[in-house]
Amino acid sequence: MPDPTSKQLTGWAAIRKGRQRRPGEWLVERGIFLVSLSAIVVIFLIFAFVGNKAWPVLIGQTDSSRAFKAIPVEDMAKHTPKELQAYLGVTEKEWNEMDETARRTLMEVKVEEAKENPTDKDAGLDTTTWRHLLWPHQWTGYDKPEYIWQPVSPISKYNIVPLIIGSLKATLVALLFSVPFGLGAAIFVSQLAGPRLKEWLKPGIEMLAGIPSVVLGFFALIVMATLCQKLLGYESRLNAFVAGLALGLAIIPVVFSIAEDALTSVPRSFTQAALALGSSKWQAAWQIVLPAALPGVFAAVVLGFGRAIGETMIVLMASGNASIVSWNLFDSTRTMTATIAAELAETVVDGHHYRILFLIGALLFVVTFVSNLVADVVIHRLKSRLEGKA
Amino acid sequence: MTPTNLVPKLQAKDMQPSLSIEEQTRHTPLIDLQGLSLWYGESQALKDISFFIRERLVTAFIGPSGCGKSTLIRCLNRMNDLIDEVNIEGKITIHGHNIYGDDVDVIELRKRVGMVFQKSNPFPKSIYENIAYGLRLHGVKARSDLDSIIEQSLRGAALWDEVKDRLHESALGLSGGQQQRLCIARAIAIKPEIILMDEPASALDPIATAKIEDLILDLKKEFTIVIVTHNMQQAARISDYTAFFYLGELIEYDPTAKIFTNPAKKQTEDYVTGRFG
Repeated sequence: MPDPTSKQLTGWAAIRKGRQRRPGEWLVERGIFLVSLSAIVVIFLIFAFVGNKAWPVLIGQTDSSRAFKAIPVEDMAKHTPKELQAYLGVTEKEWNEMDETARRTLMEVKVEEAKENPTDKDAGLDTTTWRHLLWPHQWTGYDKPEYIWQPVSPISKYNIVPLIIGSLKATLVALLFSVPFGLGAAIFVSQLAGPRLKEWLKPGIEMLAGIPSVVLGFFALIVMATLCQKLLGYESRLNAFVAGLALGLAIIPVVFSIAEDALTSVPRSFTQAALALGSSKWQAAWQIVLPAALPGVFAAVVLGFGRAIGETMIVLMASGNASIVSWNLFDSTRTMTATIAAELAETVVDGHHYRILFLIGALLFVVTFVSNLVADVVIHRLKSRLEGKA
Repeated sequence: MTPTNLVPKLQAKDMQPSLSIEEQTRHTPLIDLQGLSLWYGESQALKDISFFIRERLVTAFIGPSGCGKSTLIRCLNRMNDLIDEVNIEGKITIHGHNIYGDDVDVIELRKRVGMVFQKSNPFPKSIYENIAYGLRLHGVKARSDLDSIIEQSLRGAALWDEVKDRLHESALGLSGGQQQRLCIARAIAIKPEIILMDEPASALDPIATAKIEDLILDLKKEFTIVIVTHNMQQAARISDYTAFFYLGELIEYDPTAKIFTNPAKKQTEDYVTGRFG
């Protein structure tokens, strides 16, 4: 029989061994800390990348103007190499590597290009300025100022207002649809349902979260769109309403599981007190438990919002992707996310279209960040109010 | 060895019932339990319990943990309905109405049989709203009615002077004892006939406990009170009748003075003198 104390230090010296006593635990602790730190670092790096790509637009260094005055090939000698390099858009190194013939050919190409330039009054506009990103402009051929997103056209039009409206419309429909359903289901499952029913319902609803969004999008595109059009008889088959409904299906489990957690964590003693006073189960759930769980329910709605505004595949497939400014839910619509997904692959790297798509990405990032921040503050306030501290 | 062993056997002079045994028996039976048995799934928690509880007296349920006294008190306002897989046999009648009948509306029952829980459980609302909630449930809507009933109940629960200046502050800011008295105020506000108390003072300090006990003695003028307690001295101080339970069975039910000074059963004597439990 080995002495159980033989491996241990004897006497009070044992208390001075500190962390060396459990090196394994110390290592694991540090490891977990590094992992969580890396998550923050990665998020920061992603934002830095997106922000970096969008930065030139933010500070007005991009120029999408299509008008330039062609320099006839014969006049080459009248300009300094610097001016010509800027005119042709080549670097000094590239310039030096070219022989005279190559330079002349480039000049000729540029002259040809100038001939094809749009000749209307808008050709000289830099459409990447904030003025044109956010405010309407009366383009040639239009009879009033309008918000237009037409990045691929002789004059690129980059007004992001239609996209913002599109995102808000789809998100709004999704929230209007999923919050009542998700919250109602959460109240039912946490407060009213018997344990056996609960055993089935909870995983059932949470399983919705397991449907890939592309499948939901496909379902919306093929089934829901036709069905809704038959039922409601509107004109465009794919629109914000259909996309919002499908989006709602995707965020019901988000709203449900967070709200259900919040409701379940309200002490049973509140419910018992209400029932003992003669309330019905429903009254206790609605008047006592729900108010007490309000911070969590609010968090559920905000997270649902974040998920809805950032969701891409469903809206890309089911919204019709027309960038129109219209608050009508039954018009086709185009969201910020779908725009990035659809257009980024076809843009010139580091061109103005490319950078503006990154700007939209950064905007999405900021929106979700701010909404989470606001939610955090509100939840904190509600909590301290409920706990009687305020 | 529990400290209760050190407590000397209670004497008749320790009893504080305001009524003699003859006077007590003049109170008519209100709650009548007939052959009540209860199962949680397979395990039987109450075994064929029959006795009656007299009106406007304090009846204490005592017994060691797990003896079924809390289960029994929860039968009286059907709070056990909330637990799944509970089976009940037998009958409980109040004023001759079987509360486990098919046509019973539990909400109406609970309006007439109030309850105070072991752990004080005020709602996370203001003191005022805590009491107003039950009143609104039962149709009191006018502000002036609410105000007057709330003041009345807070006075009834001996809490008015302590909270009258902060009625609209959160009830969670009150001390434990104050919270429990608020729960009593909340229960009496809706004017039940019977108040059930499940160890109402077990989480409180001696001073708060004394206040609750005074309150109970005061309340029995108007209400029939059934109280579960672990504290033998408390049962002796405040109750008129005591029922002793052991392992789901009713061992003895008699006037408190008799239970504590001259119990009929050996088990009862062992328990009240602190030899076990």
